[in-house]
Amino acid sequence: MKPKLRVENVYKIFGEHPEQALDGLKQNKTKIEIFEETGQTVGVQDVSFDVHEGEIFVVMGLSGSGKSTLVRTLNGLIPPTYGKILIDEDDVANCSAERLRKVRREKITMVFQHFALFPHKTVAENAAYGLKIKGEGAASRRAKALAALEQVGLAAYADSYPDELSGGMQQRVGLARGLATDPQILLMDEPFGALDPLIRREMQEELLHLQKKLKKTIIFITHDLNEALLLGDKIAIMKDGRFVQVGTAQEIVDNPADDYVAAFVGDIDRGRVFDAAHVAERPITVELGERNAAEKALDLMEEHNRNALYVVEEDRIAGLVTYQELAVAAREEGRTDLSEVLVTEVPTVSRDTPLNELYGAASAGYPIAVADKRGRLAGVIEPQAVFSQLSGEENEEAQPTTDETEASSAQKGERQ
Amino acid sequence: MISPADLVQIPLDDWVNSFVRDFLVPNFRPFFRAMQTPVTAVLGWLDAFFHWLPMLVFTAGLTLIAWRTAGRGVAVFTLIALAFIDMIGLWSETMTTLSMIITSVLFCAIIGIPLGIWSARSDRVLFIVRPILDIMQTIPSFVYLVPIVMLFGVGMVPGIIATIIFALPPIIRLTNLGIRNVRGDLIEAAEAFGSTRWQMLWEVQFPLALRTIMAGLNQTLMLALSMVVIAALIGAGGLGLTVYTGLGRLNVGAATAGGIGIVLLAIILDRITQSLGEKKAVHTPSLWQTLRSMFALGKPGDEEKAGKAA
Ligand SMILES: Nc1ncnc2c1ncn2[C@@H]1O[C@H](COP(=O)(O)OP(=O)(O)O)[C@@H](O)[C@H]1O
Ligand SMILES: [Mg+2]
Repeated sequence: MKPKLRVENVYKIFGEHPEQALDGLKQNKTKIEIFEETGQTVGVQDVSFDVHEGEIFVVMGLSGSGKSTLVRTLNGLIPPTYGKILIDEDDVANCSAERLRKVRREKITMVFQHFALFPHKTVAENAAYGLKIKGEGAASRRAKALAALEQVGLAAYADSYPDELSGGMQQRVGLARGLATDPQILLMDEPFGALDPLIRREMQEELLHLQKKLKKTIIFITHDLNEALLLGDKIAIMKDGRFVQVGTAQEIVDNPADDYVAAFVGDIDRGRVFDAAHVAERPITVELGERNAAEKALDLMEEHNRNALYVVEEDRIAGLVTYQELAVAAREEGRTDLSEVLVTEVPTVSRDTPLNELYGAASAGYPIAVADKRGRLAGVIEPQAVFSQLSGEENEEAQPTTDETEASSAQKGERQ
Repeated sequence: MISPADLVQIPLDDWVNSFVRDFLVPNFRPFFRAMQTPVTAVLGWLDAFFHWLPMLVFTAGLTLIAWRTAGRGVAVFTLIALAFIDMIGLWSETMTTLSMIITSVLFCAIIGIPLGIWSARSDRVLFIVRPILDIMQTIPSFVYLVPIVMLFGVGMVPGIIATIIFALPPIIRLTNLGIRNVRGDLIEAAEAFGSTRWQMLWEVQFPLALRTIMAGLNQTLMLALSMVVIAALIGAGGLGLTVYTGLGRLNVGAATAGGIGIVLLAIILDRITQSLGEKKAVHTPSLWQTLRSMFALGKPGDEEKAGKAA
């Protein structure tokens, strides 16, 4: 599939002599060395990436790492020194002012860190700004602005002024302004950075909720790794103007590319990053009505070194049996019917349940069933796998066979 | 003692004389005369209007404007001050001065605001304009009365032209300042949504700079008032002339009366224009809203709500 936005080898060097800085970069000099020697500031160096339609691409980095500069090259607010930025057929980095304006009016809008609402315009007029610039009539402008405000839950404030609203509400107006022209791409430069943590959480949830409906292509800038991991379909970690790693949340947390990323990832909430599918193993099951089911179950548990096993009935999860109870029932009392010892109250989760919601289920001591959309058993999670993944220990021991790792990565693939 | 003057003497006065007399006047006099035409027209119209308007109607009108813009106190002051001016027998002179002031300020705005906008948008223009403004503000106004008389003659209009030159700098400076001080992220936002330069100016920069521009207009107005007496030197009439002739004839009474008239007029105009700039400190109203609010009915407190509802 063709990407919605393609960035190729973009550089931004602030100063009169970018070629000197480029020489410096070729000699692997650091940003600071280059500044000391040539007086040029490297804002962005050799950044390339693709963003597909409907994806949230998050750029994460510390302050000064070049995030704002990069995101401003994407709509031409800062023209890159070198490189290409392709939105459909237009190369934003090398097109006429006229063309660039057209792209901004029709395809790409922006939400700013400090909201940047126009204080002399009402909330509705702010939301309608892009439409007014496009030359839409007053009535349709107002209707669309109200619809956009409705989406962010602020229609009631349409005729207030921005300074009468709280920070969170102001940023909703910022978002409504960005959405009102129905652009394909939304640039968000630390949009929640100026909000209190509680409001920030709320806005993150709301963005995800909106995105389910709107399916915009979003470039989201943040300095907060937890935010990046929560929102990003793909995440780029930026340092000194360069991408040090690009990947999904789980890839980055599981395999940090270098010490810099590892230091970031060290203290994040792994429970929110990883989901059930990540630690699930391919289920080993017995059929409820099978002949010699009890013996077979015992054999399987011995073979795989398990002390509990799931029992299915056709496609349905019937329950689980534990080795202890089954062994007692079968050997001492001679009964071979599984349903006698079947535990039907089993912990069941779905594939995308985050790990931090599995604590409760895992503490029961039974393996957790992972059900797919139709309620079939898609995987099983051993309780200790949850805890070892949360503590950041290598997960190889929890996933003993290559077979099973494959299964779980196949599941990950399906999710995307 | 030896001094540089023993070695070289520069006949600067002769040079200037010959520049103005032999170059500017013969070559450009028609041009300068043509420049007067719009000023003459506006002044003639305003002067006729204010002299035609009955005193009571004018007083009622200005009091209403003062009330709507600056509140009750200023309105009461306006009423009393205008009555007082009428009673000391200076009504007609005051109207002449007022038309001169309004004409000067109008032309200052017409020239100064676009020039201020231009300097705000181009560093190069500012680089040229700024030293000129500095010179304009430091040259004593008497100095350019002579060339003005040579180029424009004497009378009301040359007086107004001298006033325009003297009062122009603040409006240019503050327009420039107001536009340059508009928050960078708002400019960026306007740009990010695809605004043209005109849309940016009209939708964002000008409305947000309006308060500062109004402050500039107020300063320009005050400078214009301070030129009233000086302009009388080259033939302008009104209250300035009353003061000037009072001085010449050592008629302390007339000079004082004229002076009080100028001060009262200055206070009224200052209060009204100041409150135009300060009003709705947060939501700077558009020029249209400002104008409309001056004529809308209701108490001053209402208009904020009215503005919002609109
Ligand atoms: N207009 C500019 N002129 C010179 N240097 C700049 C300019 N804008 C940004 N920089 C520099 O570029 C680097 C990246 O800045 P920025 O993109 O704002 O980082 P971030 O948004 O990640 O905090 C910084 O070193 C900053 O000092
Ligand atoms: Mg930034």
